[in-house]
Amino acid sequence: MCLAVPAKIMETGDGAAVVELGGVRREISLMLIDDVSVGEWVIVHAGFAIEKLSEEEAEQTLALFREIAEADSSGDS
Amino acid sequence: MNRGMKYIDDFRDPATAKALVERIRRDAGDAPVRLMEVCGTHTVAIARGGIRPLLSGSVTMLSGPGCPVCVTPDGYIDAAIALGTERGVLLASFGDMLRVPGKSSSLEKEKGAGLEVRVVYSPLDAVTLAAAMPDREVVFLGVGFETTAPAIGGAIKTASVREVGNFSVLSSVRTIPEAMGVLAADPEVRIEGFLCPAHVSVVIGTDAYRPVARRYGIPCVVAGFEPLDILLGISMLLRQKKEGVARVENEYSRVATATGNRKAQDLIRDVFVPCDTGWRGIGVIPGSGLRIADRYASFDAEVKFGAPVVFAPERTACRCGDVLKGKILPVDCPLFGKACVPEEPYGPCMVSSEGSCAAYYKYGVL
Repeated sequence: MCLAVPAKIMETGDGAAVVELGGVRREISLMLIDDVSVGEWVIVHAGFAIEKLSEEEAEQTLALFREIAEADSSGDS
Repeated sequence: MNRGMKYIDDFRDPATAKALVERIRRDAGDAPVRLMEVCGTHTVAIARGGIRPLLSGSVTMLSGPGCPVCVTPDGYIDAAIALGTERGVLLASFGDMLRVPGKSSSLEKEKGAGLEVRVVYSPLDAVTLAAAMPDREVVFLGVGFETTAPAIGGAIKTASVREVGNFSVLSSVRTIPEAMGVLAADPEVRIEGFLCPAHVSVVIGTDAYRPVARRYGIPCVVAGFEPLDILLGISMLLRQKKEGVARVENEYSRVATATGNRKAQDLIRDVFVPCDTGWRGIGVIPGSGLRIADRYASFDAEVKFGAPVVFAPERTACRCGDVLKGKILPVDCPLFGKACVPEEPYGPCMVSSEGSCAAYYKYGVL
């Protein structure tokens, strides 16, 4: 029930947006977030976008993963 | 590059998972560290990813109370059924509520006997339904945590603006940090770290766990739902334990922030008021519920129909409460896999796809 999933904004207009969820286009409400544009990613829950995804923060976490994987393969902790 | 990959597939890389598991094993002590994943979506992701056996001996993952369906008391189901059968309202609900047992029946069983229940994806769909049927009363079963509260609040607000007077909500909204406080204070549970819910935190902000970390000295890490998110979250908890600190850290920084979604919080504050509420199997937790504020009383089904939800502790062989508190594993319940299976669930933890018992059953006894 708390399931919320990342989805890409395909269209926007009048407090609502169209996203693609598992191959299905669906209208969601933008009541809970500000300034979202086509191409951005949001987290969708129960028909509402609840937050935007930060590409920059995602990159930082992925960089940390790479660091951990490299440290492991070089025998470092 | 397909950015969808970056947000999903890159958080599932097997080589990094292996490195993280090794790091967790190195950081764990001789006795397994007792961590709790608070949220049902984490429970499912951990079971599906086979994470529990990977960490066995190093970490014991306890499943917490973060499945809204599982903690909804049977008095709520009874009240919903009564609204349908005695007042003739049309019920609108999230799908996973239908099989939850009340005292003597469930929405699904009553539906078979003629009760009108519509499954909706969004609370807004229930408002649309009401607007299309002005001569019927439509009651949305508003069950959820802080993730869902803004959606339910948003539906009430929309109905208010559009003057959809035949729409109301039977609210059963709960807040997570209060429940974590109860578990943290329970000496029988002995939690050494909380893996905090991702999407509840997106709304309330990671700072919301600071009182739990500070007061009980329990490390808290907010983590996403992909396998690498969970493993990194666990690793961060172990590092805190090793350092002898208890603070709030955020692994899910690509979405969750320290202060959360202010707009969603403002909406919650506008539509709801904190109240004491009963959790199935746990009991009444002070300040852990959200009731509809008086200014929206005409959208509050309990007020509108004079039908308050009554909480009474359950007395059955089902040990759901002990499972929700992390005191026992689902397999330790005498009903698990015998009198209680997903096809014929006895308790709510077996009903919901996010329930601990359902996850254990579906993905094998681990």
